[in-house]
Amino acid sequence: MKSRNKKLVLVVAVVSVLALMVLLTSAGQGERAATGPIRIGVAGPHSGDLATFGLPTVNAARMVADRINEQGGINGRQIELIVEDELCQPEVAANTAAKLIGDGVTAIIGHICSGATFAVLETYLDSNLVAISPSATNPALTQSGDFPNFFRTIASDDAQGRLQAEFVLNTLNARRIVVLHDRGDYGRGLAEFARTYVEDGGAQVVLFDGITPGAVDYSAIIARVEAATPDVVIFGGYHPEASRLVGQMRSRGLQVPFVSGDGVQDDAFIQTAGAAAEGVFATGPMDTAGNPMAQDATSRHRARFGEDPGPFFMNGYAAAVALFAAIEAGGTTYEGIRTALRNNLVETPLGAIRFDERGDAIGVGFAIFQVQNGRYVEIQ
Amino acid sequence: MNYFLNLIIGGLTRGSIYALLALGYTMVYGIIELINFAHGEIYMIGAFTALIVALALSYLGLDGISILIIASLIAMVYSAAYGFTMEKIAYKPVRKSLRLSALISAIGMSLFLQNYVRLAQTSNFIPFPTLVPEMGFLQTLPVRINSAQVVILGITAIVMVALTFLIKFTRIGKSMRAASQDKTMAMLLGVNVNRVISVTFVIGSATAALGGVLISSFTGQINFYIGFMAGIKAFVAAVLGGIGSIPGAVLGSFVLGLTESLGAGYISSDYEDVFAFAILIIILLLKPSGLLGRPENKKV
Repeated sequence: MKSRNKKLVLVVAVVSVLALMVLLTSAGQGERAATGPIRIGVAGPHSGDLATFGLPTVNAARMVADRINEQGGINGRQIELIVEDELCQPEVAANTAAKLIGDGVTAIIGHICSGATFAVLETYLDSNLVAISPSATNPALTQSGDFPNFFRTIASDDAQGRLQAEFVLNTLNARRIVVLHDRGDYGRGLAEFARTYVEDGGAQVVLFDGITPGAVDYSAIIARVEAATPDVVIFGGYHPEASRLVGQMRSRGLQVPFVSGDGVQDDAFIQTAGAAAEGVFATGPMDTAGNPMAQDATSRHRARFGEDPGPFFMNGYAAAVALFAAIEAGGTTYEGIRTALRNNLVETPLGAIRFDERGDAIGVGFAIFQVQNGRYVEIQ
Repeated sequence: MNYFLNLIIGGLTRGSIYALLALGYTMVYGIIELINFAHGEIYMIGAFTALIVALALSYLGLDGISILIIASLIAMVYSAAYGFTMEKIAYKPVRKSLRLSALISAIGMSLFLQNYVRLAQTSNFIPFPTLVPEMGFLQTLPVRINSAQVVILGITAIVMVALTFLIKFTRIGKSMRAASQDKTMAMLLGVNVNRVISVTFVIGSATAALGGVLISSFTGQINFYIGFMAGIKAFVAAVLGGIGSIPGAVLGSFVLGLTESLGAGYISSDYEDVFAFAILIIILLLKPSGLLGRPENKKV
């Protein structure tokens, strides 16, 4: 009996101490929100096979934030980045979003993949948080009007699909076209736009089908492609599948031109596909090599990380620059950031940009690249 | 007709790939009734080992076929060591507890090995060299088949025959069969059950590694996650054929591979996984213990 009483006392003591701690920490948070660092979430795939798309944006955000912090921060407040990995998986991204909101972020740079971005925007909207993505290209993200809190520093897939269709119709003079996709939000969306614009242009889509990402063998779908005798194959998806598709097509002697999007416009594609990558076309963000801010960012990236920046680095850099400028001009409130993003022209590595009513960046576009001698070269 | 033959060859290749992995699942299940979820990871480690060895050997200037043989052997030994250690660390301590504990332990092992390779190597896809040399005469055939496919088909057949021989006609095979029927009784009769289980893991891991080398040489790229995708399909194949049965695993793998290939070729590759799981459901409805599985005899 006595020992039970002792236990009870102990439990009560522990609970009350814990409760006190909770009170103290929440009081501390309230204070920090006004004068402490401005917390910014950076979310995307930082591990897994799509990490090459996510990590460059983390580097970009760090470089921009460090530079601002060295110069005294935004209106005297330092920037603190909270980097979260979501593997491009919608269900993981939902947890990531909840965690970032719990951490008290002011805004989010991300997410990277369209599918994961769709999964979190509603959550951010409920908490009045702005998300600015360097790479989520699915058109509905801005065009549906459902997400007034969403901005992006990349053009959407309908622009990309239109460019692909114009290219295969006018430059490659193709009339019979096969369109494949990886069944994801990004790949399927891009493929559907390519199909629409190809058909509008008067050519015939002879096969439209999805492939299974990660499958060991694509010989069945390649046999179908071969039987359809196309002039061009357009693929919507990411580089791991693209390199296997192209590799198996070429090893079976199928030399038809292969056109894809920015998910493939990555040096990792050339490394894994090897010789089969030669001659492959891909649309991707316009080359920014001529922009002085981009040149400066590239050389600082080399000095700090010892290598050239990866995919979407410039878009990530532009997103960070635009977001921090908006916080400086409009304060840390939701409305303040949104108004500033829409109205103020900001100098970024992509050129001077601001955002339209729907959240798309004005002045950002795509170009066609081709693999020539093991490198992507902008051809148009 | 040619189109049909191409799909059949594609399906057989897929089937052989699944079979090399399904054999390991089914052997382990047959002995200790554990679904070894980390089996796919052993396959992945085999592929990584072979890649490292192959890169080292190509600096020494060896030719393709000798690199293939040496790299496969080293990968098999290395993965077998992993399989052996894994059983000792993760499964032996929980062998007497609930079956669920071992299952959770297996999932934990799978996550651990994936992330270990991710951190120790890289998270990116890396190119895997084409180790199987081109065979000129294949070009003259009317169907599209490449040398890697021929080698995969051939090796799967050899491995299956060798395993059947091992289990039917050798001393260790007899011990395996005894242990799978009744572990306690086998122990009482002087069978070293611990050794039998270790040998099962070693053999299963070595075949998985061999599969890893051949498949990676065929697909041309690997990363830390390949074991998961291939492992799931191989597991489905093993269940389809009747888990615990070696010919069943091979039959199930071919049924699965051919279904996927023909479905993708004639209907839509968008629904490839749907065909795979539809055939699984149909067969399990008709034969709940799988194509060649023994009917469950409940111990009263």
